Amino acid sequence: MASDRIDIRHVARLARLALTDGEIATFGPQLGNLLTFVDELGELDTANVAATAQVIPSRNVQRDDAIRPETMLSREDALRNAPRAQHGFFAVPRIIAEEG
Amino acid sequence: MSAVSADAVAVTPDLRAKYEAVIGIECHVELKTTSKMFCGCPNEFGGEPNTKVCPVCLALPGALPVPNAKAIEHMLRAGLAFEATIPEHSKFDRKNYFYPDMPKNYQITQYDMPLTQGGVVRYWLEDGTRGECRLTRIHLEEDTGKSTHASADGRLAGATSSLVDFNRAGVPLMECVGEPDLRSADEAVGFLETLARTFRELGVSDVKMEEGSLRCDANVSIRLRGAAEYGTKAEIKNMNSFRSVRRAIESEIARQIAVVESGGRVIQETRGWDEAAGVTHSQRSKEEAHDYRYFPDPDLVPIDVTRETVERVRATLVETPYERYARYVDTHGIATKQATQIVDDDVLSAWFDRAVAVSGNAQATLNFVLGDLSRLANENALHVADGKVTPEALAELVALTQANAINSKAAKQVIETLWAGGGSAKAIVERDGLAQVSDRGAIAAIVDEVLAANPKVVADFRGGKTNVMGFLTGAVMKASRGKANPALAQELLKEKLETP
Amino acid sequence: MDPVRDSARAIARAVNSREASAVEIAEAMIPHVAQVDASLDAYLELTPELMREHARKVDARVAAGETLPLAGVPVAIKDNMCLTGTHTTAGSKILENFVAPYTATAVQRLLDAGALPIGKTNLDEFAMGSSGENSALKKTRNPYDLERVPGGSSAGSAASVGGFEATLSLGSDTGGSIREPAAFCNVVGFKPTYGRVSRYGLIAFASSLDQIGPFARSVEDAALTYDAIGGHDPLDATSVDRPLEPTAGFLREDLRGVRVGIVKEFATAELGAEIDACYRKAYADLEALGAELVDVELPTAKYGLATYYLIAPAECSSNLARFDGVRYGLRVDGADVGEMYERTRAAGFGPEVKRRILIGTYALSSGYYDAYYVKAQKARTRIAEDFARAFERCDVIASPAASSPAFGFNAKSDPVAMYLMDYYTIPVSLAGLPSLSVPCGAVVPEGGTRPMPMGLQLATPLFTERALLGYAHAYERATMHAEKLSPIEVATA
Repeated sequence: MASDRIDIRHVARLARLALTDGEIATFGPQLGNLLTFVDELGELDTANVAATAQVIPSRNVQRDDAIRPETMLSREDALRNAPRAQHGFFAVPRIIAEEG
Repeated sequence: MSAVSADAVAVTPDLRAKYEAVIGIECHVELKTTSKMFCGCPNEFGGEPNTKVCPVCLALPGALPVPNAKAIEHMLRAGLAFEATIPEHSKFDRKNYFYPDMPKNYQITQYDMPLTQGGVVRYWLEDGTRGECRLTRIHLEEDTGKSTHASADGRLAGATSSLVDFNRAGVPLMECVGEPDLRSADEAVGFLETLARTFRELGVSDVKMEEGSLRCDANVSIRLRGAAEYGTKAEIKNMNSFRSVRRAIESEIARQIAVVESGGRVIQETRGWDEAAGVTHSQRSKEEAHDYRYFPDPDLVPIDVTRETVERVRATLVETPYERYARYVDTHGIATKQATQIVDDDVLSAWFDRAVAVSGNAQATLNFVLGDLSRLANENALHVADGKVTPEALAELVALTQANAINSKAAKQVIETLWAGGGSAKAIVERDGLAQVSDRGAIAAIVDEVLAANPKVVADFRGGKTNVMGFLTGAVMKASRGKANPALAQELLKEKLETP
Repeated sequence: MDPVRDSARAIARAVNSREASAVEIAEAMIPHVAQVDASLDAYLELTPELMREHARKVDARVAAGETLPLAGVPVAIKDNMCLTGTHTTAGSKILENFVAPYTATAVQRLLDAGALPIGKTNLDEFAMGSSGENSALKKTRNPYDLERVPGGSSAGSAASVGGFEATLSLGSDTGGSIREPAAFCNVVGFKPTYGRVSRYGLIAFASSLDQIGPFARSVEDAALTYDAIGGHDPLDATSVDRPLEPTAGFLREDLRGVRVGIVKEFATAELGAEIDACYRKAYADLEALGAELVDVELPTAKYGLATYYLIAPAECSSNLARFDGVRYGLRVDGADVGEMYERTRAAGFGPEVKRRILIGTYALSSGYYDAYYVKAQKARTRIAEDFARAFERCDVIASPAASSPAFGFNAKSDPVAMYLMDYYTIPVSLAGLPSLSVPCGAVVPEGGTRPMPMGLQLATPLFTERALLGYAHAYERATMHAEKLSPIEVATA
């Protein structure tokens, strides 16, 4: 069955999305169908074809090593949208495991 | 065979010698640039939290990265200094994982097409032995912000929340990955010290350990000496000084030997170094295996490095610290320790090289540079090269001492005078009348005066108290105002004392 | 001068010559928009004070002797573009309270050209959708039939211009998000070559495909807008550093000597007799203007959807990782940071966004990367090559902009059925080509009573915006389809 093709709980965990049982029941078959749909790509011969990451031919777009004060934010602006700020920091619930 | 506790195994030197360690180092080095890797915020250490940020390094919706050209050039310099290959094509990739100090929840890094590949780090140890460690690659990436753990009332103990500062987020980092060519903690430190010296000299990084601008991980395994297969490796993290690198690796090698000797097996894992306890400990977590989902960053375009660019950068390279060290030791015969001392200061090395070019005597020149001259510079909080003594003046002074034209006491006086007011060593010797007196007749006359003035001492000597010789020599030197050739003065004193 | 119905060009001319003031225009538009939008719900936020402030600035600049290409022109901005001080939500609950502390380059350029910001328009959440129905915040209606969708994802930007609530608007197009709603709302929608308009400040959906472009009621106004917002931006590494050819002064009136490619694989017969007739008529009109119709083949175009629905979700799964409750946006607390992430993202994202994040995460994950993501990137290469080959035989490719006219709300419950709406636009997006939708008639849809607008998609080679807009202008002036229909609100006003 199509929905067996994707371990939706594992993928949701990688994407940091908590899914309800209802969502798992709905998304499973939908994503399975989509995978079946994209399977048609298998027909397309792509041997010796380069992968396209970008369609434009640009190369080596870089900037000079200079400070751009006009693009910087004041601390007030940086923290304005923060759900929680403390002593000038962004505050988050405790961090348990090092994931890096 | 019944397994015994690994704790019960004492890793004696004999046991240690049975095994060989295999060590590979990976280190992150912050690049020295004015601005961050992908935005125009300053790359500076410290500051109030979240005051060096912009939409890009805070990963606000819609913000986009643009790479810093200087950081890319630094990478090429670093790679070429270690004889790395610079591929013609390179790119940036995204490494996806969630962590609060990672604003985008992906890190821009380089996965399969790094800016430099291969290369070799030639290093030396304190005892003068030398080694080589191949590099796998050096790639460019961005640093994360910093999170600290604090409870609601601001104390660290019993933290219920974490605080995040993004001032460091987006600072350019190079990750140097070494091959497992190292066989001891000393070699690992030698390798790292050479990396640090070279990066400083190239100007690509300040390598300030205390500011966390060099951070390293070590992959450590052991095998029976002579075995060809590698053992299972453990990755040690969180070492923040060369001293802790040495201690952590030594501790880990001993731990692995104890595990194997007690019938156990080393498992592949990440281990943290506990500086206070002096041991590594397992950091296995319940986390499922990482799946970083690397893919080319679609916000950035590929990097092509032309051969002209490579040659232009190569042309700016100067002698590396290792090359200089080898030149001092092999060509000039300078002692390992002294060579290391001067190699670490590229400005002093250049100053020294100019002096040697004139004096032609490296060891004698170095003795002055690391001795009186460095002392005077220290006392005056100045660099030797910023003082009034020119390399040419020092070379003159060396020539005068080598020719026995002045004695060591006078030399000291000359160098103090040069330090205070500059000028020529020869001119000072002439002006201050410091030329050494080696005229037998003149010194003999002074000796006669001294002996006549100290009949009691002369009697003591003749009575067997030969240790008064020092006093008498001093008196002769004093009477000659320091100019007498001390060896000649002693010879004449002896002659006259022994022939009453 | 009528600020509601006049073209941008006419408004700018009146303001620059001081026949009208920008302040008068703002004061006329503010109540008008409030009234019309009560029915259309095109806007998520109206910015009357900002509009007045800009109007005063424009009047002062004109008084000081400046001539501004969009002086006093009322504009709407899709709410996935940052504008300092305004809410910028991307149509998502996760950003419902986010106030942008900076302005997107394209928006800044539009304002610098003298435009007056009316407000921020509704969209499918994070620009993912083809009907507007995926907005978590509002249900925007089609100005030509309030019971039908405006199209998406740039739902409000299309509806506001189509419903005469804005003279111009900015939208963004990833797989058809400008062209499809333009067709549904009887307006011109133009997606420039990828890299022509800066993406800085545009909330990313799929970085290698996203492109900002204008909606307008005429090709000329679209060209004026493009000339104002296009060009290199040092803040966007994918913005192309080559001179922007101005387009507005170089539009043409005929198609003599132009070869128009009709794509074999895009045959319209299966779309139904009425729709088929509409496009046949459009192609015939092109020929009547002097164009030569040539048959071209795009054998890989049928793989466009599959390719797109791997690449775009893969990029979005990574682009949307930053919405984590740490620095801005919604946060749903948890015992630790990991739980906070999962709850925040579960509560903040709607079902379509979740589906795409999941499929994209899967396509990039260990063991599937080559089979899905890399395969799709290679397919993308082949699709682009097909277009390049077709352009050896023609100067412009003509096709439908969408598979049907606007459909009713809740008509497409199956995600894949919705994806099929963009069958004609997606291959063009994958190739990065400049393309637009221009009104080409009307069709009474199944179950409908009123004729609904249709759009003709034109696409040309990379960086040939001037030619593309020229062809579209010739067609538009000859057919004047847009003016044959009136939106409901305006007709009854």
